[in-house]
Amino acid sequence: MSVVIITVGLFCIGLYGVLTRRDLVAILASVEIMLGSATLLLVGLAAAGAPLGAHEGAVEATGVMVIVLAAAEAAVGLALVISVARRFKTTRVDELTEVKG
Amino acid sequence: MSVVLDYGWTLVLVPLALAGLVALVGRPFGRFVPALAILAPSWVLIYGVLTLLEGPEDALRAGSVDWLTSVAGGGLTVGWAVDGLSAVMLVVVGLVAALVVMFSAGYMAGEGGLPRYYAALCLFTAAMSMLVIADGFVGLFIGWELVGACSYLLIGFWFTRPAAANAAVKAFLTTRVGDVGLLLALALLWRDVGDLSYVAVFAAAPELSAGIVTAASLLLLVGAIGKSAQFPLQIWLPDAMEGPTPVSALIHAATMVAAGVFLVARSWPLFSLSTDALAVTLAIGGVTAVGAAAAALVQSDIKKVLAYSTISQLGFMFAALGAGAWGAAMFHLVTHAAFKALLFLGSGSVIHGCGSQELEEMGGLFKKMPITGVTWLIGAGALAGLPPLAGFFSKDEILHEVIGAGPAWAAILFGASLFTAFYIARATRLAFFDGYRGTGHPHEGGWSMRVPLIVLASLAATLGFGGAWLAETIGAHHGSLDVKVALASTVLAILGLLAGWKVAGVDHPAFTRAPGPRLAALMRSGWGADAFVQRAVLRPVAVASRALYTGVDRRVVDAVAEGSAVAARAVGKTLTSLQSGDVQWYATMLGAGAVALLALVSYIGRGL
Repeated sequence: MSVVIITVGLFCIGLYGVLTRRDLVAILASVEIMLGSATLLLVGLAAAGAPLGAHEGAVEATGVMVIVLAAAEAAVGLALVISVARRFKTTRVDELTEVKG
Repeated sequence: MSVVLDYGWTLVLVPLALAGLVALVGRPFGRFVPALAILAPSWVLIYGVLTLLEGPEDALRAGSVDWLTSVAGGGLTVGWAVDGLSAVMLVVVGLVAALVVMFSAGYMAGEGGLPRYYAALCLFTAAMSMLVIADGFVGLFIGWELVGACSYLLIGFWFTRPAAANAAVKAFLTTRVGDVGLLLALALLWRDVGDLSYVAVFAAAPELSAGIVTAASLLLLVGAIGKSAQFPLQIWLPDAMEGPTPVSALIHAATMVAAGVFLVARSWPLFSLSTDALAVTLAIGGVTAVGAAAAALVQSDIKKVLAYSTISQLGFMFAALGAGAWGAAMFHLVTHAAFKALLFLGSGSVIHGCGSQELEEMGGLFKKMPITGVTWLIGAGALAGLPPLAGFFSKDEILHEVIGAGPAWAAILFGASLFTAFYIARATRLAFFDGYRGTGHPHEGGWSMRVPLIVLASLAATLGFGGAWLAETIGAHHGSLDVKVALASTVLAILGLLAGWKVAGVDHPAFTRAPGPRLAALMRSGWGADAFVQRAVLRPVAVASRALYTGVDRRVVDAVAEGSAVAARAVGKTLTSLQSGDVQWYATMLGAGAVALLALVSYIGRGL
């Protein structure tokens, strides 16, 4: 139960960061926190003996895979941030309103 | 089957190919276009003559091709059948069309758009052949519609003149009313017989119920009335005179307008089973014959005289059909084709010489245009029914038959004969005798205009003696000459001629004064048929259309169309404010949506 409370708290912190921080890098970091919380929830529940996967070790494998994907995602995301910073001379999202309807 | 009959399809395809050729090469080879175009009717004429020489088939089917075979019930076949009736019609169509093309070479010289003119004439020949040699109602209907289209094209040949364009539309729409009847007749026969070939329909006709036979006959008659300009669909033919005069001679006197008579004669096994349909045919023919003849009495335009005369003579043919004498009707069709084409081409020659169609601006042309004058007199005599010219024999046969069917209608037709003699005598004197009143320099046309007149005049003089042969060829009954009828009609014709001659001499500047200007004006307008149609049909349609426009189109259709546009714009404007460009606002909405979905799912899933 404590696993759930901790991961939901982590997820909410990440979400709060995504919604409130104005800097792209900080938003990316918050997204990473949300990803981590979800992975932690999965792995924690599996460790507590919840019946999650049909095969033994499947949940742990999924967790490892999410970590790898998160690394890749961070690389791409940071590259995009650099590109945006070069182009618009800013990384503040409240100034990036090009697609306003 | 004879060798000639195997090639029935060439009657349609050769003129059709020539029409295409004329249309394609007509512009660079303008001078040779008439020579090329005359090949089409010549082929039809030669084919018809060869068939008559060889002896036409008795059977109504010579060859056919399948068409629309995937339709339920075995599909339709379109084939050809050249029996006596078709062969006679082919000769009439081919001969008149060939002479008209020849006449056009002189009459239309120097006009613009001649390839279009000759191509339409070739197309007309193809369509008329199709109509005549079809072995069933499907082929007939195709030809029927195509001749109507050619009529439209040629009436509107001078389409820059509003009168000609309007007359073309009027002719097309009025005959369309009749065509709907024909199409309904086809639908009815298809429902009850399941095959539209003549052989099948005529074989099945005796087994059909009397009501079906009468309905089919009357619907066919509606089609015939439209095409042959019979009452009450006669209004288009006088206006059709806006077309070139040779076209009037071919389409609106000799061939296409006679297609209605041909249709009834062809469908005779059907009509002969329904006395009601025959009675209606007789009544329509009688009313048309006398009404149109009376209207012709007071026309001031030479072509209008001939137009009303054509309507009246077609009325005679319908009366003969109604009296049960389809042989007499076909006989009159053939003689009428000769003398009315002659009169029309004669009027064309006069118009060519004087540059006017008004009888008021003619006069004394007999001396200046002797060939036209002499041939016109022969045609006028044949029309009036003077012995021994062609019209005398055929008209007397009709009168004789109608006396047997209904004496009252016979009296009316005798009256129409009197009018006929009267109006043609009046027109003849106004155009050809006394002094010249116009301002032009009347002159005879070239040889290409004289030869057709001479050929047709010799036919109009002699065709009357071919009645027995014609009846034998088409397989109809031929009545011998009735001396009493002949005597009576000849006396009437002479009386009418004298009266018309006298009136034209005394009162030509304003014949309308007698017997009263109002009656004369009414007759001149064709008994006010146009005004009646204007009031009874066109105006209600216009009012209804306007009501539909403001009531339904604007208030409902447009309201829906414009309303949806307004709604879309309003929704778009509202939703625009959501698109702020602020990604965090998007993310907030995303999160809120996810929470809402989660709440929804857990609320619904609670019960499971």
